[in-house]
Amino acid sequence: MPSKAAVSRLSTLGRWRLAEILFWLAAAASVPLLTEHHLVLTEIAIIALFAVSLDLILGYAGIASLGHTAFFGAGAYAAGLFAIHVTNDPLLGLVAGAAAAAVLGFATSFLVLRGADLTRLMVTLGVALVLGEIANKAGKITGGADGLQGVFMAPILGRFEFDLFGHVGYVYSLVVFFVLFVVARRIVVSPFGLSLLAIRDNPLRARAIGIPVNTRLTAIYTISAAIAGVAGALLAQTAQFVSIDVLAFHRSADALLMLVIGGTGYLYGGIVGAVAFKVLQEILSVWTPQYWTFWIGAILVAIVLIGRQRIGNGVMGIWARLLGKGGAA
Amino acid sequence: MSAVLETNALVKKFGGITATNAVTFALEKGARHALIGPNGAGKTTFINLLTGVLEPTSGRISLDGKDITNVKPEARVKMGLVRTFQINQLFAGMTPLQALGVAVSERQGRGSDWRRVVGTKATVTDEIVEVAERFRLIDVLEERTGNLAYGKQRLLEIALAFACKPRVLLLDEPAAGVPEAERAELLETIARLPDDVSILLIEHDMDLVFSFAKKITVLVDGTLFADGTVAEISNDPRVRAVYLGEGEHG
Ligand SMILES: Nc1ncnc2c1ncn2[C@@H]1O[C@H](COP(=O)(O)OP(=O)(O)OP(=O)(O)O)[C@@H](O)[C@H]1O
Ligand SMILES: [Mg+2]
Repeated sequence: MPSKAAVSRLSTLGRWRLAEILFWLAAAASVPLLTEHHLVLTEIAIIALFAVSLDLILGYAGIASLGHTAFFGAGAYAAGLFAIHVTNDPLLGLVAGAAAAAVLGFATSFLVLRGADLTRLMVTLGVALVLGEIANKAGKITGGADGLQGVFMAPILGRFEFDLFGHVGYVYSLVVFFVLFVVARRIVVSPFGLSLLAIRDNPLRARAIGIPVNTRLTAIYTISAAIAGVAGALLAQTAQFVSIDVLAFHRSADALLMLVIGGTGYLYGGIVGAVAFKVLQEILSVWTPQYWTFWIGAILVAIVLIGRQRIGNGVMGIWARLLGKGGAA
Repeated sequence: MSAVLETNALVKKFGGITATNAVTFALEKGARHALIGPNGAGKTTFINLLTGVLEPTSGRISLDGKDITNVKPEARVKMGLVRTFQINQLFAGMTPLQALGVAVSERQGRGSDWRRVVGTKATVTDEIVEVAERFRLIDVLEERTGNLAYGKQRLLEIALAFACKPRVLLLDEPAAGVPEAERAELLETIARLPDDVSILLIEHDMDLVFSFAKKITVLVDGTLFADGTVAEISNDPRVRAVYLGEGEHG
């Protein structure tokens, strides 16, 4: 029956596209092929995971945040402290980071959901600032401005020891990133994920078809926080150190910038943006070490002014179409 | 007489304006009931109160004899009380197929399922097929919602509500603004809505009201002005004076 065939195409949303598969093969190929860049690639994997977690709330649920690094930082400190005081098993540490961030996300979701966009921006910003100040003042626990020292990780699964060149750390970060990406990707094409899109597009109508809007937003905010927490935990574990910088405002802003560069609402935007951001940072900081933030700012202004639509027809549009943004979502 | 939906002395004030003024109303099981009244009479406000979009200043609402005055909007939908909007409230970034997928998944209690790809359950897709065929959306399922012809958007507006399996369906001017060429299709789907769904129709178009409704309620300045069968209302001189006599509305 033709109607059945038309409707059955709904589930093709979940299908992996060729470009996606190629992308992940390329990422896997970076393990043997780009060995001398593993440290920076680890950083990219971590900030990409962080940006993807932000995309889950911004791109899918329409929640704008200026303080997403609260969860990144919570995950980093939780994982660091967990390694020092409980056990230094890396995987358990990730769970600790995720759990701490999830609890924080769940608790603050009620503050965030209350308001409209501007209120949300301010509340998320405020939460992150408060946390940053707590980490700064609670020096006995967090190491304050000197950072949390003495994070020594046991080998992963008892077998793979972290090495100085970051090879094991990179594979570890990439695998964790991939696993969480697959989870996020499933979430966004599930009934739950689609209900978030409905809420983003029209909360009034979403309620009118029976979607419990606040419950769903709390759920995705908590999930997003947990994933950001894992990203933070990865940083703590691979760097074996937690700098107070994990709670700095620029981290929240950088993640937003990555999504502006790569596009929101198709998950790969965070990755494209993270790669572009890091590459730009590397190039600009070599070229003009003192002014790299100036240039990144100028690029941001240019992107926003020229408009993502017009850029959308260029490079980024090709990315988006290949990786599945297209007409799908 | 068995009412599914009732209000008791329902009041809604916006500052100085009383948009709903002590309205006591009943919708019978299986009703084809029209709610008419001049612009600004408070018809949409009444629907907003019934569905929980607005909180009443005072008064009660009950569904199947159960007080739902303090029940959340989404919970009322799950109890079978569903509405459409006078101004389209669609999901601009989604295709009609995705939107129906969300509505049907939600109705079947799968809305919080994050493990499964949407539309992989036959119970869900079968129901989407049914709704899409009923509302003649099969051919446009994968178009952008914003690109649909206005008549199709209006059909989708009703289809989304219908996908929630309403027992009580509140239609707020479903035909408003639909061009003549697309009107017949829309009116026909409205006429063919299942008998067991109790329907309250807000409409300015008197031809539609008379062909559809068995009962009519007239609202003027937020107050119940008249209530009766189609014949009673169309012959009521007071109604003719304040409403029908004024000619075309909307
Ligand atoms: N949210 C609101 N805030 C303030 N006043 C409102 C609000 N909603 C409606 N009103 C006022 O309440 C009155 C009733 O409006 P309502 O939209 O219910 O009328 P209506 O009968 O649906 O009219 P129409 O036929 O034009 O759709 C109007 O005077 C309107 O201005
Ligand atoms: Mg109205």
